Amino acid sequence: MRRRRRLGRAVRRAALYLAAAAFTVFAVFPFYWMFLTTFKQDRDLYVGGTVMTHIPWIFNLPPTLDHVTLLLRQTLYLVWVRNTVLVGLVVVAITLVLAAPAGYSLARLTGRWGERLSIGIFLTYLVPPTLLFIPFSRLIAVLGLQNSLWALVLVYPTFTVPFCTWLMAGFFRSIPRDIEEQGMIDGYSRLAVAGRVVLPLAVSGLLTIAIFAFTQVMQDFVYALTFISSVDRMTVSLGVPVALVRGDVFYWGSLMAACLFTSVPIAVVYNLVIDRFIAGLTAGAVKG
Amino acid sequence: MALPSGARALPAPAAVARRTLADRDDVLARLLLAPALVYVIALVGVPFVLAIVLSFSSATAGSLELSWVGLRNFLAILPDPQFHRALWNTLIFTLVSQALVIVLAVTAAHVLQAAFLGRRAVRFLLLLPWAAPVSLATMAWTWIFDSTFSVVNWTLRFLRLTQDWYYWFGDPTLAMIAIITVHVWRMFPFATVVTLAGLTALPHEITEAAVVDGASFWRRLLEINLPLLLPIVTVAVLFGVVFTSTDLGVVYLLTRGGPYNSTHVLASLAFQRGILGANLGQGAAVALFLLPVLVVVAAGMLRTARRAEVGT
Repeated sequence: MRRRRRLGRAVRRAALYLAAAAFTVFAVFPFYWMFLTTFKQDRDLYVGGTVMTHIPWIFNLPPTLDHVTLLLRQTLYLVWVRNTVLVGLVVVAITLVLAAPAGYSLARLTGRWGERLSIGIFLTYLVPPTLLFIPFSRLIAVLGLQNSLWALVLVYPTFTVPFCTWLMAGFFRSIPRDIEEQGMIDGYSRLAVAGRVVLPLAVSGLLTIAIFAFTQVMQDFVYALTFISSVDRMTVSLGVPVALVRGDVFYWGSLMAACLFTSVPIAVVYNLVIDRFIAGLTAGAVKG
Repeated sequence: MALPSGARALPAPAAVARRTLADRDDVLARLLLAPALVYVIALVGVPFVLAIVLSFSSATAGSLELSWVGLRNFLAILPDPQFHRALWNTLIFTLVSQALVIVLAVTAAHVLQAAFLGRRAVRFLLLLPWAAPVSLATMAWTWIFDSTFSVVNWTLRFLRLTQDWYYWFGDPTLAMIAIITVHVWRMFPFATVVTLAGLTALPHEITEAAVVDGASFWRRLLEINLPLLLPIVTVAVLFGVVFTSTDLGVVYLLTRGGPYNSTHVLASLAFQRGILGANLGQGAAVALFLLPVLVVVAAGMLRTARRAEVGT
């Protein structure tokens, strides 16, 4: 009897690890493929899939840095990285300036209608770029911003501000009111208390929305595709899939190198904020 | 209540507290909120209305004029087989991928909830697909499904599952399978982590009571966990529906709508007609068919948000 139970437990244990392994393999496989492709020699890379004696899953020849060198020296990858970082930083700044005060206002100053309003702002996060890129292409043309990084700077906060405002409101609500009341009893104005006492306490929140905004900028493909046509003004998300292809020839080694070097760091950073993101998204569903 | 250290460092306040602008909560509320609100109205609200207006106009990318043509754009697309196909594909891609996502996510969440070696590492690795920029991840899949070098084909043959050679982007059904695979791959990690958050928040007493009462794993799963998880899984699914049904990048980069325009979705068709074909009005009309989906999702989200409001 006991032995059978122990056996059952071992089987369940094995099934658990097997399932975990299966999910991990499915999730990681494309990244492993990026890695292999990045460092494989062309002779090892471009072997037809019908050749059963050549195993594509491993390095059959020693790895090489040729594709990486090509990517860094002969393509505009680094220019795209620079463009992305520039746009990202400006968008992060705009997001912080807009979302933090609005979040505070919604959390502390507006009362009942503030809650309604914050839900309304949250819902605008669901309006997708797919619905907006056509009117935007018109607006951007009217503003004369076609093919300019400023178009992206103008438009990207549409998907960072709503959600970040919602997140910041949540952060501010989690700070005890007593702290502000004490400050105001001591004679500080509401604004001074908000700026000097509450804001420093919300630094982790500000950091979260900064990271979130930056990763969202990295995710965009639609707007960049719609507005940007010059290769040297592209972001990484657009340039790598659209402009690393010369004619019909794909430089898969360099292309996958670019995907690998961009995806992995951003995924690591994103992992820092995912829990906050989910807490914000599911507020209500968890409690209920 | 003691003040935090940051507050003590403040300079001494003026002896007489002044009632200034900085003290009036009602004024401050509006002032602090205004910039964000103005931005959202100007750059989400206005374009949103413009999207609807454009669909009733003959706007083109070249000129800035805007003339009202009534329902002409809609009359042009409604009998268009390409449009039918796009509408159908959007529906199929969204439904099939989200159904698979739910099954995978609930399973993976139960796996991740159990304590095992390397759990945190697995969770991190699972999140990679969701965190990586979608266009770059899609390029990796384009290469994986390559017509000459596809590792998928090699592996299927190696495992003796088939001897055929599949041209993933040359056949409508295979191309649809490829697109759905990428959507599932991208969305299930996110849904897993959301479900996991819900699973962790379930009250332990209920599960324990069920165990004491001798309920089997499946009974606990089907009659206790799943009903309790329903609200949070709903959030994950609603979110997944928005992301999948409105996605342009995956289809655009994998197949460009091909072969023979068989894999277009509303988003990619709107892009093709509106931006590449410079017929903004028709593009806007196509994209507008995504609106019902969004209304449903917004209503669903609103319900869970209401619960949050009641909860606090």
